Amino acid sequence: MSSEPRTLPADTDPPQPSPALSELAEQDRQQTLDRLLEESRQIRGTSLWSDAWRRLKRRRTAMISMIGLIILVLLAVLTPLLPLQSPIDKDLKHRRLLPPELTAVTMGSREGLDFADQSLVAELKRFDAEIAELRQQRDATAAPAERQRINEMIAGRTRVEHPFNQLWNQLGTVSWTMCQMRVAMFGDYAIPSLFGTDKLGRDLLSRVFWGARVSLIVGVVATLVSLVIGVSYGAIAGYVGGWVDAVMMRIVDILYSIPFIFVVIFLITFLGEDSVKAWLQARGIEQITIFYLVIGAIYWLTMSRVVRGQVLSLRHEQFIEAARTIGASPLRIVFRHLVPNVLGVVIVYLTLTIPAVMLFEAFLSFLGLGVAPPDVSWGQLLNDGVEALSSVKLFWWVVVFPGAALAATLFALNFLGDGVRDALDPKMKNRD
Amino acid sequence: MRNLAGYLIRRTGWMLLTLWIVYTVSFILMRSVPGNPFSSERTVPAAIERQLRARYNLDAPPIRQYIDYAVGIVTRGDLGWSLRLEDYSVNQVLAEGFPVSASLAIFGLVFAIGLGIPAGVISAVYRGSFADLSMMAAAVLGIAVPNFVLASLAILLFVFGLGWFPAAGWGTFNQIVLPALCLGAPVAAYIARLTRAGMLEVLTREHVRTARAKGLSDQAVILKHVLPGAMLPVVSYLGPATAGVLTGSLVLEKIFALPGMGSHFINAALQRDYTLAMGMVLTYTVILFVMNSIVDISYAVIDPRVKLQ
Repeated sequence: MSSEPRTLPADTDPPQPSPALSELAEQDRQQTLDRLLEESRQIRGTSLWSDAWRRLKRRRTAMISMIGLIILVLLAVLTPLLPLQSPIDKDLKHRRLLPPELTAVTMGSREGLDFADQSLVAELKRFDAEIAELRQQRDATAAPAERQRINEMIAGRTRVEHPFNQLWNQLGTVSWTMCQMRVAMFGDYAIPSLFGTDKLGRDLLSRVFWGARVSLIVGVVATLVSLVIGVSYGAIAGYVGGWVDAVMMRIVDILYSIPFIFVVIFLITFLGEDSVKAWLQARGIEQITIFYLVIGAIYWLTMSRVVRGQVLSLRHEQFIEAARTIGASPLRIVFRHLVPNVLGVVIVYLTLTIPAVMLFEAFLSFLGLGVAPPDVSWGQLLNDGVEALSSVKLFWWVVVFPGAALAATLFALNFLGDGVRDALDPKMKNRD
Repeated sequence: MRNLAGYLIRRTGWMLLTLWIVYTVSFILMRSVPGNPFSSERTVPAAIERQLRARYNLDAPPIRQYIDYAVGIVTRGDLGWSLRLEDYSVNQVLAEGFPVSASLAIFGLVFAIGLGIPAGVISAVYRGSFADLSMMAAAVLGIAVPNFVLASLAILLFVFGLGWFPAAGWGTFNQIVLPALCLGAPVAAYIARLTRAGMLEVLTREHVRTARAKGLSDQAVILKHVLPGAMLPVVSYLGPATAGVLTGSLVLEKIFALPGMGSHFINAALQRDYTLAMGMVLTYTVILFVMNSIVDISYAVIDPRVKLQ
């Protein structure tokens, strides 16, 4: 609080000697009141959040970590725009396990790709011209069956032959547009293989960038899943109380004592079965989605316990009573009144869950149980790297660069998590 | 300590319940895979497939299999036959892998405690010194760097760079050092941080001031009056630490090609060897439960205020 304590004008026993005087006093009081109101309008209270933000800003490590993470996220989002080499195009003839180098590469120059002029831009032009020709043909024909056939041909050729689909793996609409912009901006130029190449001749720098996207998405999505489950479960158990609470928390206790990582691996074993895969695919569920859900579904236990504890201490507060009195439904009380009040703790656990989840993803991918090729993730890159390690020559770059990317990210997330925890902890308020 | 027996009985009850849930869920998953474990292999004559199914008890109705399997586990401790390793029962695989994993885990934990506690004590006693700062930075690094990254770097440095240790294999002491170090490193880092925080808290207590006032040496104060109190959080961390070490051994056994339970488990998962994977999950559950119980009991022994429940 920035302002000093102020006493209100004494209005407990107003002096009333004469009508005139009392009128004067009334006026005086009015003025004081106005002044006070005016002053109180000037005062800016510090909310919990701005206070925490101020304290977080003072932690240099946390701020550096945060800036680093923001840059990382931006780079990961903008990866298709950057002039990186193809993350999936293999060159077994000339580029296997090259050490880091500084010579720029022309996109589409690999002979095996068979691009016009050995250039991506020229090939794109050629391909577009061909498709345009087909379109003209289609527009020229009147028979609907023929048109249908040509349309299918165009779609099929785009799927298989389009240069983008040869150089990148299943680009979404946004990434596709970004790739087009990239070609428009940079042409055939691609950044040299600063991180070297892997054992199949793919550029490691671009693989690290594309891997960042998967790793970050897993971290965020799985954490959100755990957030939704943990907060609802904990809040409901805490608010309802009684035997419901007892049963719900017993379930959490039991789940706690199961070695979850092993169960998840077992579950992934099951999900990897061909018939199960086919069943899922038939319903349009991608394996990676299940992967997010499974990881998220095991990290909610601590969150639910913490939220429950907070809700237990809040549920007898007056504002909850007030909400109940005016007839708010239990669901509304839980999600409208209780959950916002436990947000501080939730955010702290969130920042600590993200690195844990990312680590777990890397761990599973490293074991070959996580993200499956042609998708790339950091854990999988490390797995490739360690496999290349056991050979005679020292291919240090295949391990060091993905490892450093993962370690630095986890490092920053941990630092930021610690910083946020301290910043939101009222006990730490006047420590520094 | 009076309630120790009651505690053990209750814990065992919970463990059995947990095991039953794990068993049931795994069994349902296992059986809900369409077809049977042999249908995806090269086609075998119908008669042989019938024999195979009979041997693995797959021809019985599911509920019968569920009961038979459970009865086998409870009465004979028999976890059934591995579906992929030829002529191996799950028990045999466990018996072969367990000593390897156990010694790796014990070495890792011993290393973690032996390194973490002294580091924590030193950095708390010389708070703010260079030693403190550098050790705590190392601890943050140890927590943030995943142990498989650490292991790969260690291989680069100590095996290919300096040539101090062999890259893989099992049997000699030299072969166990590197994996145990990598396994213990994150745990050591946590223990160092916990010890330091605990020490700093206990150092400000009244009884420490009294001990100082009556003229005890620094060493006696720290070892006798501060350290025991500071150990409480470390002891309670040993349960999660065991879990961490078991998890870590999955990757380290893979990297260093050790024939432990972890690598068998991963292979079982990769090759869809359901019986083996299920047996492993059950075994890991028991190990964790036992370790957590031991930690709880020792916690109650150290701190009389704690009641077992």
